[in-house]
Amino acid sequence: MADAAIVVEEARKTYGGKSAKSTKNPESTKHPKNPENPKSARNGGPALDGLDLTVARGTVHGVLGPNGAGKTTLVRILATLLRPDAGRIEVAGHDVVREAYAVRLRIGLLGQHAALDEELGGRQNLELFGRLHHLGARRARARADELLARFGLAGTGRKAVRQYSGGMRRRLDLAASLITEPEVLFLDEPTTGLDPRGRAEVWDSVRSLVDGGTTVLLTTQYLEEADQLADRISLVDAGRVVADGTADELKAAVGGDRVDVVLRDAGQLGAAVALLPVPQDTVTVDTDRRLLSAPVTDRMAALAGIVRALEEAGIRAEDIALRRPTLDEVFLRLTGHDERVKETA
Amino acid sequence: MTGTTYALTDSWTMTRRELARWGRQPVAVVVNLVFPVMLLLMFGYLVGGGRGIGGDYLDYLVPGMLALTMAFGLEGTMVAVTQDLNKGVVDRFRSMPMANGAVLVGRSAADMLQSAIGLVVLLAVAAALGWRTDGGPGGFLGAVGLLLLFRFAMLWIGIHLALVAGKPELVQAVQILVWPVGFLSNAFAAPESMPGWLGTVVQWNPMSQTATAVRDLFGGPGGEPGHVWAAVAWPLALLAVFFPLAVRRFARLSR
Repeated sequence: MADAAIVVEEARKTYGGKSAKSTKNPESTKHPKNPENPKSARNGGPALDGLDLTVARGTVHGVLGPNGAGKTTLVRILATLLRPDAGRIEVAGHDVVREAYAVRLRIGLLGQHAALDEELGGRQNLELFGRLHHLGARRARARADELLARFGLAGTGRKAVRQYSGGMRRRLDLAASLITEPEVLFLDEPTTGLDPRGRAEVWDSVRSLVDGGTTVLLTTQYLEEADQLADRISLVDAGRVVADGTADELKAAVGGDRVDVVLRDAGQLGAAVALLPVPQDTVTVDTDRRLLSAPVTDRMAALAGIVRALEEAGIRAEDIALRRPTLDEVFLRLTGHDERVKETA
Repeated sequence: MTGTTYALTDSWTMTRRELARWGRQPVAVVVNLVFPVMLLLMFGYLVGGGRGIGGDYLDYLVPGMLALTMAFGLEGTMVAVTQDLNKGVVDRFRSMPMANGAVLVGRSAADMLQSAIGLVVLLAVAAALGWRTDGGPGGFLGAVGLLLLFRFAMLWIGIHLALVAGKPELVQAVQILVWPVGFLSNAFAAPESMPGWLGTVVQWNPMSQTATAVRDLFGGPGGEPGHVWAAVAWPLALLAVFFPLAVRRFARLSR
């Protein structure tokens, strides 16, 4: 594709026993959302297992997935930090293995961990990276000034980065990845560990970048973040893309809202499932919690229908609630491994 | 600009980064320089060693302390490299269009500079205590050269260990282990005064080779003529092993 900024075809990567140590921390362990993903790289399986991805120039592409899905491995390969075992991977028209230098000229990277010299100040950091981009002393200095002002860090003076707040550090990190106005920017879980205010700051920065024409690949564990920022979203699980599309398309595929019904008597669960105005194979049942859960399309009509049907059948409900699907449910619907459904059904 | 020019300017930029870090942590820098001086004073006047040494103990001790200071540099190198790796800043360097080796060259240059300053400080204090070299300017410069060569070998061992371990816990282990390894040398006492097996271990310690050659070049007690070659050969042998290993490890960060 001529207008693609990122092309990934059949990418594969397995961490070897010994070398896995040196490429430490393939996925952050701070938010164990999927602690027992049997296929995850931490359990010895492949980190990328034939992953395909195409990102059009000038768009924001969200890569959404649980820990261990392969998101960070993907970003590290795209940013030339890690060699893939197999696959064709191009960034800004250049092969990440054979033309790593050409790729590095055109990318910016915001990794999960702040990639800054913590002892130095903000200006010193930006000047350092500017010089290493071969801007020359004067342009590196001017660029540092410009970026500090743009990211609201002009007043930080000589303060060491070590003393920055989480949000400030992230903004400086982002500024450092934008020294040369890269064609393609990689953001690996840019808001993990930030408070809501820090998150909003990063989101604003990303939006203004995209207005300038940069292509952004963003990994996240948060449906909301992908929804807010990304034009298209790829859902990744166990090193593969399991679904992709716009946020609306994915939500429609997941079935939009869900209704949860808690019954007073667990013995009536079977009868209640038959009464729900939705296809029966989409209903999940949790006997311990006396809970039925099902995706619904027209939320208000479904709610009214369920209330009426239960009443007519004399089944007493303790609680009925409409809610958005959780990330787990999105994956459950789309990844195809339905262990949890079978367990509870 | 050509690739070579980039390699040079990037290495210089990385060296300047280390110098800028000194400016941010002046206390740490001073402590680093004062520590060997403290050891010199402690062993020279407090512990009062010098078993089996025919001659002035200060003349024997100063070359030993110089060599020990170079050996302990390994630990400083390892700490710095480990910190960088764990902060993710090395990831940024590696994703940039810079000469990749500059990361290691900058580290080497800054560490060598720091060690050279350390030598000057230690020699100045020794001179103030009354130590003098009898080896003339040629011998003096030769001795400094041997010490820096030894430090250079320690530097690459430090880089390699940091790249292999990559974890702060192992740095601590090395920080403790450099002590017995540094003390199992002839820095403070003559090997002849020790039990036979211990004396042999001590004599084979590469640090002892450097200390003996420096004593010879300074014209003090404990020097052995012709030992200079051993003090050249040992560090070169260590470099021949650890330099390629470290460079390979660094390149393999992408595995």
